[in-house]
Amino acid sequence: MTNTAYETIIGLEVHVQLQTNTKLFCRCSTSFGAEPNTQTCPVCIGMPGSLPVMNRQAYALGLKTAVALNCQIPEFTKWDRKQYFYPDLPKGYQISQFDLPMSEHGWLEISDPKGAFETKKIGITRAHLEDDAGKSMHDEAAGRSDSRIDLNRTGTPLLEIVSDPDLRSADEARAYLSELKLLLTYLGVSDCNMQEGSLRVDANINLHIAQGERTAATPIVEVKNMNSFRAVERALRFEANRQFESWQANPVELGSPGGHKTTRGWDDQMQITRIQREKEESSDYRYFPDPDLLPVTATEADVASVRGALGELPAALRVTLAKKYGIDAYDADVLVNQGRPLVAYFEELAAACDDGRRASNWVQQDVLRLLNEMDATIDQFPVTAAALGELLKFIAAGDIDNTRAKDVLQEMIDAQSSAAEAMAKLGIEKVDASDLESLCRELLAANPAVVADLKEGKMKAVGALIGQAKKQNPNVNPAQIKSICIELVKQL
Amino acid sequence: MSLIDSPATELLQLLKSAEVTAVEVTQAYLDQIARYDGRVKSFLSVGSERALEQAATIDQRRGRGEPLGELAGLPVAVKDVLCTDGWVTSCGSKMLADFVPPYDATVIARLKAADAILIGKTNMDEFAMGGSTENSAFFPTTNPWDVSCTPGGSSGGAAACVAASMAPLSIGSDTGGSIRQPAGFCGVTGLKPTYGRVSRYGLIAFASSLDQVGPLASTAEDAALLLRTIAGHDPLDSTSAPVDQPDYLANIDQPLDGLRLGLVREHFGPGLDDEVGAAVGQAIKEFESRGARVQEISLPHSKYAIATYYVIAPCEASSNLARYDGVHYGYRTDEAAMLADLAEERKQLAAAGDEAGLANLDSPLMRLYRLSRSEGFGPEVKRRIMLGAYALSAGYKDAYYVKALKVRRLIRNDYDAAFRDVDLIVGPTTPTVAFGLGEMVDDPLAMYLQDLYTVSANLAGIAGISVPCGMTSTGLPVGLQLQAPPFQEERLLRAAHMFQQATDWHTKRPTLAAETP
Amino acid sequence: MSLSKADVEKVASLARLKLTDEELSTMTRQLDQVIQYVQQLEELDTSGVQPMAHTADLANVFADDLLRASLPRDAALANAPKRDDECYLVPPVLGD
Ligand SMILES: [Zn+2]
Repeated sequence: MTNTAYETIIGLEVHVQLQTNTKLFCRCSTSFGAEPNTQTCPVCIGMPGSLPVMNRQAYALGLKTAVALNCQIPEFTKWDRKQYFYPDLPKGYQISQFDLPMSEHGWLEISDPKGAFETKKIGITRAHLEDDAGKSMHDEAAGRSDSRIDLNRTGTPLLEIVSDPDLRSADEARAYLSELKLLLTYLGVSDCNMQEGSLRVDANINLHIAQGERTAATPIVEVKNMNSFRAVERALRFEANRQFESWQANPVELGSPGGHKTTRGWDDQMQITRIQREKEESSDYRYFPDPDLLPVTATEADVASVRGALGELPAALRVTLAKKYGIDAYDADVLVNQGRPLVAYFEELAAACDDGRRASNWVQQDVLRLLNEMDATIDQFPVTAAALGELLKFIAAGDIDNTRAKDVLQEMIDAQSSAAEAMAKLGIEKVDASDLESLCRELLAANPAVVADLKEGKMKAVGALIGQAKKQNPNVNPAQIKSICIELVKQL
Repeated sequence: MSLIDSPATELLQLLKSAEVTAVEVTQAYLDQIARYDGRVKSFLSVGSERALEQAATIDQRRGRGEPLGELAGLPVAVKDVLCTDGWVTSCGSKMLADFVPPYDATVIARLKAADAILIGKTNMDEFAMGGSTENSAFFPTTNPWDVSCTPGGSSGGAAACVAASMAPLSIGSDTGGSIRQPAGFCGVTGLKPTYGRVSRYGLIAFASSLDQVGPLASTAEDAALLLRTIAGHDPLDSTSAPVDQPDYLANIDQPLDGLRLGLVREHFGPGLDDEVGAAVGQAIKEFESRGARVQEISLPHSKYAIATYYVIAPCEASSNLARYDGVHYGYRTDEAAMLADLAEERKQLAAAGDEAGLANLDSPLMRLYRLSRSEGFGPEVKRRIMLGAYALSAGYKDAYYVKALKVRRLIRNDYDAAFRDVDLIVGPTTPTVAFGLGEMVDDPLAMYLQDLYTVSANLAGIAGISVPCGMTSTGLPVGLQLQAPPFQEERLLRAAHMFQQATDWHTKRPTLAAETP
Repeated sequence: MSLSKADVEKVASLARLKLTDEELSTMTRQLDQVIQYVQQLEELDTSGVQPMAHTADLANVFADDLLRASLPRDAALANAPKRDDECYLVPPVLGD
């Protein structure tokens, strides 16, 4: 427990849109941004007589995610109707999972390289498949009295991932979301685009406040309308403070009169949470098994084959990279957090130049900087790992220094050329060893003061010679100038 | 025998051999409808023009020697519970009075592919809820044998139109007896296939785990003909069974040697009408005389079937009918009047200082839902929605819904045990023959008890058929029910055919009076 | 157990129905009658019996994730009681 005298208890409910071509129960497109009501059919409009048929790929993606989240996969799962009336829910029920979800009891490990909290496993209560609702649009400003309903999104497959209330701070919540998003991205199950609603987060939060011997719990608040991870972090921080202040002013405990669960919406403009109007009546969803859908069974062999095909996931990959390429845990973390394609680029680069640390440095310092400048992803990066590897090999061989190599990389990008071509274009060529030596002799002869310093062991003095050498021939390698000069002085 | 009194199988031969044209056949049935349906009222809509057009096209194609579908030129009437692309599908409800589906039910698509002629959509109890067709939002259908009686239901129109020779074949749906009971009341043959045998895609749902589409016809042979076209696996219906489809007609003439018939002890108890019992007893003797061995069996949980059914069916119905909310299709209340009323209510509550009343006042959307649904649905549908919503609501679900699902398994287990000893189960279709119009409208429970012998087959998902097996002294038909294990429709039809080879009850037709001027 | 008018009113609201006082009385009486009848199930011992939601002994029915044509918008909206060129219209949906 921290010195704030209370502990924050947070659980997150994440809805992710699964990346399928078609909806969960019909074969309409799931693509975002189409004209309203152009991606609907009798099934997703809930027309009389229409029937759902489950999308094989949606189930497969859900299962893959559940397995990656270390969930237990029951042998038998079924789909239930969650019944409520809403204009964007044309069937009058959502097809979801109630008492026998497709996965339960998993975990996701989170850690903070900066050490704000201890590495810990966050429990996953369950992950289940359900269909999305449509959109209700209300534009009072336009003077419309009616709301407009667009059903394009209706029926899009969602995986609801519910965490246990294991998170203890807004930082941990943020870390959980980042790690979850990374995992989903690695799995290729969702594009996790929050702006397009592919990833939505609701949070349940309350406080445990020490009251002498016992602990008092504040009423649970469900926080909605958080449209970015940053918003989640801020909303939770705000809500924890608000609950504490509210407790101090008027200590109402969870479950006592007035201590029921409430829903608050995050106002990003005002940076506050606001109480949301309760639904028209206390909800009684009257769950029951959807008679139009059949159960799904999964054998241990099915689950094992899904597990076998997962590929290396972020947590394991961090360890592998650090070990295999001799890089720091921190660097491995940075690389892995950039996503699988960047890691692939790094690994190819490391193999090409046979130097993991050098590859790691170049990817982190140069490739990421350039990608950022270009506002591009690694797939769009114009220099292949093999081509960059060639350049790094020139550096390793001492043919070029790091600073010049950056110019070469820029030239490779600008002229779409190889490292050798770019170096030639910039007039960088390897200087012959005998030329180098004669140059060094000339410089030492012309700078007796430097020679004197060097004899006294003031090695820094050689810097002046390097400057002069570069003036005479920009292709010389400073490290080589340095070592030759020192060697020559020793012989004097 | 006139054209319209010929069995469909014979008509099909006449059409194939070009002794009659599809236009002649279609016109004959349309004439019959025009003459008598004013009294019987079996149709909600008759597609005269498109039927004749389609018939003409089929005749032309036949003339050119083109390949034709297996029902080419045969008119088929369809219960208005199946979606027909571009043709109003009302489900007997004000709610869907103007609903024009943008798609065909799979059964409709198969009929079209078979070049059957869709002659009209038949009347039914609203959303298939009822046993008399009096719950139709439009008008009741009458029994062609006695127009003061109901034809049964919910497929009352589908049964009556075949009985009155207005269509050689028709399609019904059966959730608790809705094909077999009206077939029994109207003296025609009606088959409820095994759950999953016929696609439900495009069948407007009443209770999804019980609903099944099936044929009504004059003979078992005709029912087999129609079943062959509509049955089979459909990838659009997850519950459709991926099983082989026999040719139900191929072996229908072969008698079932050594047939073992089970007689359900519980089906001959109190409540069974004497004349019905006698006719059924006679029918069983007929089977025995043809070599069948009859043995008494017990379905110990059958007495709980009605209670089980009237929990499960309303629960599913309350959910299936949630979609009718006046937003995406279907009936919607007069919005201006609704808003004006709400404003007035608000004013009065404010004037009275009734804070609680104001807080509880419906939002416009809530009121729109409630009025659209209350005005669009009839009383029986509302009763079942209420019953289902109650039985699924918090605190009651385990006691009613889950309990009923458990009893349902016991009922199925009874059948599985029984079918280890017998091939088919035989008994009455209904406790009584057709009852008078209006006789039971105020007593829902009494109406529900009519389903005593039929609901079990739906709960267990097995197949059942009703064939005419006698007449009462008042001239009303009696139905004999045969039930078979899952996917044994072929056996069921062969047994029914065997019975019809020996008897002529199925050939009897009512004398119809044209509409009184 | 018997059903009260208040119970029925609550269920009507849950089912989005609006009943007149007279309908409410009739409904209460009729539902109560059916509920009483249905309560005979209580006399059966069903412990250890698995609920049977489906009679079909099937599982794992899927469709492939292959795009099919959606309805043209006008066909989709054709049955809507109130619409504009693009959307279904309903009285204002406030809040979330
Ligand atoms: Zn669709």
